[in-house]
Amino acid sequence: MAVSTHLRKLATLGVTGMAALVAAGAFAADMDGGPAELQLNLQKPVTGIADQIYNLHTGMLIVCLLIFIAVFAAMFYSIFAHRKSKGYKAATFHESTTVEIAWTIVPMIIVIGMAGFATRTVLAMKDTSNADLTIKATGYQWKWGYDYIKGEGEGISFFSNLSTPRAQIDGTQARGINYMLEVDNEVVVPIDKKVRILTTADDVIHAWSVPAFGVKQDAIPGFVRDTWFKADKLGVYRGQCSELCGKEHGFMPIVVRVVSAQDYSKWVDTKKKELAANQDDPNKVWTQPDLAKRGEAVYNKVCAACHQVNGKGTPPAFPPLDGSKTVLGPLDNQIAVELHGRPGTAMAAMGDVLNDTEIAAVVTYTRNAWTNKAQEAMVQPSVVKAARAWDKDKVAKLVARPQ
Amino acid sequence: MSAVLPGHGHDDHADAHGHDDHHHGPPSGFMRWVTTTNHKDIGTLYLWFSFTMFLTGGTLALSIRAELFEPGLQLFNPEFFNQLTTMHGIIMVFGAIMPAFVGFANWQLPLMIGAPDMAFARMNNWSFWLLIPAALLLVLSFFVPGGATAAGWTLYAPLSSQMGIGMDMAIFALHIMGASSIMGSINIITTILNMRAPGMTLMKMPMFAWTWLITAYLLIAVMPVLAGAITMTLTDRHFGTSFFNAAGGGDPVMYQHIFWFFGHPEVYIMILPAFGIVSQIIPAFARKPLFGYASMVYATSSIAILSFIVWAHHMFTTGMPAAGQLFFMYATMLIAVPTGVKVFNWIATMWKGSMTFETPMLFAVGFIFVFTMGGFTGLILAVTPIDIQLQDTYYVVAHFHYVLVAGSLFALFAGTYYWLPKWTGHMYDEFIGKLHFWCSVVFFNVAFFPMHFLGLAGMPRRIPDYAAQFADFNMVSSIGAFLFGASQLIFLYAVIKCIKGGPKAADKPWDGAEGLEWTVPSPAPYHTFETPPVVK
Repeated sequence: MAVSTHLRKLATLGVTGMAALVAAGAFAADMDGGPAELQLNLQKPVTGIADQIYNLHTGMLIVCLLIFIAVFAAMFYSIFAHRKSKGYKAATFHESTTVEIAWTIVPMIIVIGMAGFATRTVLAMKDTSNADLTIKATGYQWKWGYDYIKGEGEGISFFSNLSTPRAQIDGTQARGINYMLEVDNEVVVPIDKKVRILTTADDVIHAWSVPAFGVKQDAIPGFVRDTWFKADKLGVYRGQCSELCGKEHGFMPIVVRVVSAQDYSKWVDTKKKELAANQDDPNKVWTQPDLAKRGEAVYNKVCAACHQVNGKGTPPAFPPLDGSKTVLGPLDNQIAVELHGRPGTAMAAMGDVLNDTEIAAVVTYTRNAWTNKAQEAMVQPSVVKAARAWDKDKVAKLVARPQ
Repeated sequence: MSAVLPGHGHDDHADAHGHDDHHHGPPSGFMRWVTTTNHKDIGTLYLWFSFTMFLTGGTLALSIRAELFEPGLQLFNPEFFNQLTTMHGIIMVFGAIMPAFVGFANWQLPLMIGAPDMAFARMNNWSFWLLIPAALLLVLSFFVPGGATAAGWTLYAPLSSQMGIGMDMAIFALHIMGASSIMGSINIITTILNMRAPGMTLMKMPMFAWTWLITAYLLIAVMPVLAGAITMTLTDRHFGTSFFNAAGGGDPVMYQHIFWFFGHPEVYIMILPAFGIVSQIIPAFARKPLFGYASMVYATSSIAILSFIVWAHHMFTTGMPAAGQLFFMYATMLIAVPTGVKVFNWIATMWKGSMTFETPMLFAVGFIFVFTMGGFTGLILAVTPIDIQLQDTYYVVAHFHYVLVAGSLFALFAGTYYWLPKWTGHMYDEFIGKLHFWCSVVFFNVAFFPMHFLGLAGMPRRIPDYAAQFADFNMVSSIGAFLFGASQLIFLYAVIKCIKGGPKAADKPWDGAEGLEWTVPSPAPYHTFETPPVVK
C-alpha cells in the first residue's frame, strides 16, 4: 500500500498527530483471508456462525453505544451546568425509590433481551452432529498436526509449521504480506461442507482458532473437544494458536484453504500419493551416514523447537541433548523415551508421531551430532519396530530418569 | 506529617495528647517501621510498597510495549517476553492494586468509623511485612536458572509444569501474599463490625467501609481457593501427583475451574473498594449526599454474590456443554444490572449538585467515564459466541485494563489526592494533580483504545511478534503506554512535594466532605479517637 493512502487512512481515524510516527513503521498490504491493515471490526465472516457473531456484536455495540451516549450526555450536561463556579446551589435529594427501581428493571430487560438473541447462536455452535468431514487438530509445542479421520480424504495426515523465514522475524529480510500467518502445509477443506474439528494436544493446552469462521476451541492434552464450521466462500483463512502454550506460542498459525468439491478431490488424490511415496519400509537396512542425515531433517522439524538445533535445549523444561546421559547411554533407554516420552517432564511420546525409520533416524543422528560420540552409534528401524512390542514394566524401567 | 516522615510521630503523639505516656511512643528510624502497630504507619507502608510494585510492574509493561512497538523480534526472546507478561500481571494484581487498597483501608477505616486503630494491631504489622519476602521472591525469580515463571499470570496447567524454579518461587510468593490478605481481611472485618463509633449503625457507615467489608469477606472466601490451586500445581510439579495431568487421570481444565473460582471474585476484590472511594469523593465535590445509599449497599452485595457464579465465562473456549455456556452467560450479564445501578447513582449524585473539579473529583469522574467503557466491553464479552471470537485476543486485554487501570488505579489516585491533605497536613499542588489527571486519562486511552481494534481483527494476546497488518495500532498503543508510564512520575512528584510542604491543610480541606476523618486535625495525629466520637 502506498504511503499516501496509508496516511489518509490514519487521518480519517483522527490520529493525524500519530501519523508521522506511524509512517516510520512497517507497511503491510491486506493479506488474503487474514486481518486487514487498520481493521476496526471483526474479520469478514465466511460461515453462518461467524455471520451471526458479527451481527450479535454489531447489535450489542449499537445498544451499548446508545446507552453510553444517553448516560454520559446526562453526566456531561450536569458537569457543565451544575457547577459551583456558575453559582449553582446544590439540591438535597438523595433517593427516589421509583427511579431506582426503574433503572434496575430497565437494564435487566435489556440484558435479558441480549442474552435471548445470543442463545440461538450458542446452541448452533454446539451442534457438531452430521459432519461431512472430520479432521483432528492436535496442538504440539509448537506446530499443529492434522489427521483427516472421517469423510473424503480419510487417512491424510500431516504437520503444519510456521513457514515465515527466521530472517524476516529478525528483520534481516523484508517481511512478506502473510508474515507470521503462513504455514508449510495448509488444511484444505471443501466449500459448503460441514467440517467437524476435533481438538486435542500432545503437551500443554493450545487453542485452534480461525476468526473468519467464528471458531475457537481449546486443544487440551488428554481430552478431545470439538467444534465445526461450514465455509461458504472460497479462499484462504488464517488464525493463530490462542492459548499461551510456551515459548513459541506466537509462532504456530493456522491456515485453512477452502476449495471447490472438485479441487478438494484432486488435492486428496495428490496428498494420498505423496503420503504413499513417503512410506518408509521399517525393514530396510540403512548405512549410518544416510540414517543420520535423515535424522537431522526429522530432528530439526520435530525436536529442535524444544531441544534447539544446536542440541543445547532450553533448560530446565527442555534439557540439552548435547552431552545428555540418555543420548550417550544404552540404546534401549533412548528408544523407549522416544517412543513413550518421559513421565513428569515435557518430553512427550513420539511413538504415534514418528514412524520406526524416523525414530531410528533421530536416535542415530543425536548420538553422533554436536559433541556427541555414543558407543552404540546407530540403530536400525527394525529394532525400533521390535521395541514397540516391549511390555509396560520394561518400558517404565527404561524411561525412568537416569540417576 | 506524623505518619509519613520517620521520627515525627513521637512528637505529634505528645502534641496530640500532652500527657505522660511517652514510653508508648514509637521508636524512631528504621525500627519504627519494622515494629509499628499503628494503623497509619502500616497504611503508609502499604501505600509505598504498592507504589514501588506499581513502578516495577509498569517497567515490565513498558518492556512488553517496547518489544511490540513494531513487528519482528527486536529486544527480547519469546521466552523472556512470556516472563514479562506473566510477571507484569502477577506483580500488578498482587503487588500493586491489592496492597494499595489495603493501605487505604488501614489509613482510612479507623478514621472513618471512629476507631482508635485496627482490631489486631500486631497482626496488622505481620500482614504488611509478609509482603516484602513475597515481593522479593517474585522479583528475584527473574535471576534464577530458567528465569521467572512464563505460564501467564493465570499459571495454567500443564504449562506450569514445564517451568523452572521461578514457578515455585511464584507459588511461594502467592501463598505468602494470600496469607497476608486473609489476615488483613480478618482485621478489617473485625474492626468494622466491632469498633464503630457509638451510634454508627451499619447503614450509617461510610460507603468505603461498606465496600471494604464486603471485599474482605470475598478475600477470605477465595484466597484459600487460590492457595489450593497452586498447591496442587506444586505437588504435580514435584511430588508425583496428577491433579491436572491427564496422563495420570487428572484434568488440566479443573485447574482453570479452581483458578477462576478464585479469579472472578478477585476481579471484584480489586474494584469494590474503588467503588467505595469514588462514592466518598463524588458527594464531597458535588456538595450533595450520595444518591441511593441503600441501593449502593445492595448493589455492592449483589455484585459480590454474583461473582461466585460466573467464573466459567473465562473458559467458554475450553468446550463446556451448551447448558454450562448458557448459565454462565446469563449470570454474567446479570452483573451489568447492579453495576449499572452504581453508575446511575453516581451520576444522580452529581445531578443538581454544586460541583467543583479538583483533582480527586477529576479522577472520580474520569473513573466513571472510562470504567463504564470497560463495563460495556465486559457485557459484550459476556455473550458466549462473541466471547469465543474474542477470547485470548487484545480485546480482552483492552477490556480488563479499562476496568483495572481506568477503574481501580484511577480510583486509587482519586483517593490519594482526596486524603493526602489529611495524611500529610499539606495541600498537594492542584496544577500538578490536574496535569497528572489529564496526562493519565489521555495517554491511557491512546494506549488501550486501539487494542479493541486489534482484538476484533484477531490479534491474540501474549504473543511477542505479530502480523504486519497489526503494526499501526500496536505502535500507537506503545507510544500511549510510554507516555502513560511517564505520567506516573508526575504523581510521584506531586506526592513527594505534598509530603515535603505546601499550604497548610485545614482539618476539613474540602467544604463538601462528610465523615469522621475530617473531624481530626490535619495531619492526623499519631493516635486518634482514643475516646470514641458519638455519631448521631
